[in-house]
Amino acid sequence: MAKAKFETPELSEFVDVPNIEDGAMAHSTCFVAKPEHQEPLNFPGERVEDWHDKAIEKMGDLLSRYRSFRVYLDSCVKCGSCTDKCHYFLGTKDPKNMPVGRQDLLRKVYRRYFTFAGKYFPKLVGAADLTEEVLDDWYSYFHQCSQCRRCSVFCPYGIDTAEISMAAREILASVGVGQKYCNEIIAKVYKIGNNLGLPGPALADTLEGLEEDVYDEDEVAVKYPLDVKGADILLVTPSADFFAEPHVDGLIGYGKVFHEAGVSWTLSTTASEAANFGMFIGSYENMRRISLRVREAALELGVKRIVFGECGHAWRVAYSFLNTLAGPFDFLDPDYPVPQHICEFTWNEIQQGTLELDKSENDDKTLTFHDSCNVARATRMGDTPGGQFDIPRNVIKAVCNNYHDMEWDTIHERTFCCGGGGGLLTDDLMEIRVKGALPRMTALQNVMNEKGVTHMAAICAICKSQFTKVLPYYGMDMYQIVSVHQLVSDAIVLNRKTPPEEAPGYGEDDDD
Amino acid sequence: MSTVYALLFIVATIVLVLGLARKIVQYAKTPAPLKIPTTPAPVTQAGVVMRMFREVVFFESLFKSTKWTWIFSWMFHMGLFVVLARHVRYFVDPVPLPIALIQPFGIYAGFAMVAGLGGLFLRRIFVDRVRYISAPSDYLMLLLLIFIGFSGLMMAFLIHTDVVMVKQFFDGLFTFSGGELPMDFALIMHLTLVVVLMIILPFSKLLHIPGIFFSPSRNQVDNPREKRHLAPWAKKLEES
Ligand code: HEM
Ligand code: SF4
Ligand code: SF4
Repeated sequence: MAKAKFETPELSEFVDVPNIEDGAMAHSTCFVAKPEHQEPLNFPGERVEDWHDKAIEKMGDLLSRYRSFRVYLDSCVKCGSCTDKCHYFLGTKDPKNMPVGRQDLLRKVYRRYFTFAGKYFPKLVGAADLTEEVLDDWYSYFHQCSQCRRCSVFCPYGIDTAEISMAAREILASVGVGQKYCNEIIAKVYKIGNNLGLPGPALADTLEGLEEDVYDEDEVAVKYPLDVKGADILLVTPSADFFAEPHVDGLIGYGKVFHEAGVSWTLSTTASEAANFGMFIGSYENMRRISLRVREAALELGVKRIVFGECGHAWRVAYSFLNTLAGPFDFLDPDYPVPQHICEFTWNEIQQGTLELDKSENDDKTLTFHDSCNVARATRMGDTPGGQFDIPRNVIKAVCNNYHDMEWDTIHERTFCCGGGGGLLTDDLMEIRVKGALPRMTALQNVMNEKGVTHMAAICAICKSQFTKVLPYYGMDMYQIVSVHQLVSDAIVLNRKTPPEEAPGYGEDDDD
Repeated sequence: MSTVYALLFIVATIVLVLGLARKIVQYAKTPAPLKIPTTPAPVTQAGVVMRMFREVVFFESLFKSTKWTWIFSWMFHMGLFVVLARHVRYFVDPVPLPIALIQPFGIYAGFAMVAGLGGLFLRRIFVDRVRYISAPSDYLMLLLLIFIGFSGLMMAFLIHTDVVMVKQFFDGLFTFSGGELPMDFALIMHLTLVVVLMIILPFSKLLHIPGIFFSPSRNQVDNPREKRHLAPWAKKLEES
């Protein structure tokens, strides 16, 4: 695809709330799924003849199945509180990228077909028929939402535009107008086991390569096991961790932590993907099917615990939905939450003193931390609300001497999305990705200028990939984005000379 | 004329009560299949009650957002609340103590309400983002409330409606024994607009009143790992 022509927004000290420019991003669209991407997900291959009726029917179905959808469509008072909260609006000035503007694309149709006022007084209440143009608008603007939930923090009723986007995408897919990027990936997960389509042997090779790298550097045989029956822990991590930079340095870090903690662990070929794109397309059925792989892998390998690697939306599905979709997990060790986040695991070990950490190894860097949207606003870590903010920071501070937060209104629950979440991490959406990164880039630049920050750590595969691509647009360096466990990996001192796998008694119920 | 108003009030009350009840039942019956509280969220039911209390009484989320909107909106709603409470004395006798106690604040509340509504109206006109999202009904809703408040204040300060007579009218309404309304302009306007408001409430964005209590991002406990959450239709998927 030819490189799209657009201007990267200028960074200044503040992100001003822009005046609206109607239609500024109307041209943004992404490739439509082909039949081979649609059909494995049980969606029609192409746009169905009676798409209008089918779409309304699907909307009715979702209204009866999702309280969020129904209540949110009814409750908005158009107070405007959310209008300046979306990074995509701030970066593009397009009023349909204001959360309520985005919702209204769907709400006007809801009102027209499902409410008394909209049926009889459409002009009065801003109701409209579902036309070809409206459908195009849906496709365009519901793929300019990263489902980051920032709007829901500031709405007096907690209206979450992500819920509306998910519903809209499900309606679109169910009339045959799915998004290629997400649906192709989901089809790959069904066929091969991960988003990248990395087959088992390639995965084994990659992990062996990692073991050699670590051995060359540290002269310790840290293992990166695959499909080991009887291991204690099943690690489920985003497939980008297997080779992309800086993700893979994070995976190396998880391995070292497990090694030093003296626990046995394994990856699984069939569940070699933490991300669950079923959420992006709003499809409970697909999300469930993807989640069940984790359950099956845990049963097959006979593990006692499940730990998830660094990934934002994945952690949402894992933390908030896994028990619902693929539970109950009564066959696992009840002493540990299911699932656990790798940061929870590492922080526990740090508190127990099992890890020796040499902070000075990271003295060449000054860090800040990017709260990934879905970790921040849709999950928790640890026992107390807000643990999702503290635990990753605690881990970073335990392995680095130099740390500064970005401005208060851009972190924690107010964090800005990286710009690439929710199924937008595709080259055909580069313009919206770059523009949507504006608020985060502004906050990063400020903390670089004021505090001398050199690197930004993140715990999400999407954030890492997105920043790697987008930082250069803003005149920064792609290597400024790092994994949290990459920092751990650099600071950890490997005292245990043999891997736990070689200790006596390991994997006894394993035949080979 | 008084009979017409008596009938109007009966109809409006029926529409309001049945309309709201229908929506509440609908919300309650629609399952929330997934845990989606906006986090950080309370980890106990008691915590959720507190969160909801802060939202309903202080408009916590709106406060986090835009201070101007919050000020106007809170003035309007709290004003409305006190004014409504004060209206109880037109319908019951003897007047309950709490209602008697807020009596002196009633007038300030009336002004606060209208001022808050005025601020919201100006915001809707002058902030381009809010103008963009406003349909005619959004302006009309504010005007309706402004005129209700305005006519109410007029009766309190300018025209001095015969309150005893109004009370007898509503008494009569409850006992179906009839009664006369004083026929002055402010009162007729006030009552007509209130009837309109009661009728449109269950069909308009005023559904935010029950809506907030059913909003899953605000009313769910953050405990998905500890307790399995399963909607009935999702359970069926497991059985098939
Ligand atoms: C559960 C109690 C209630 C809560 C928490 C609540 C909250 C809110 C909030 C936060 C707003 C946004 C303010 C804004 O417009 O910027 C709002 C708007 C509004 N509320 Fe309520 N409200 C409640 C009850 C009521 C009641 C009883 C009425 C009855 C008339 C009402 C009428 C309105 C109207 C007309 C608006 C729109 C204002 C506008 O157009 O700007 N609310 N409400
Ligand atoms: S969920 Fe995030 S991306 Fe979507 S409308 Fe809300 S703030 Fe914007
Ligand atoms: S903040 Fe909520 S109620 Fe206000 S306009 Fe946005 S979605 Fe509607």
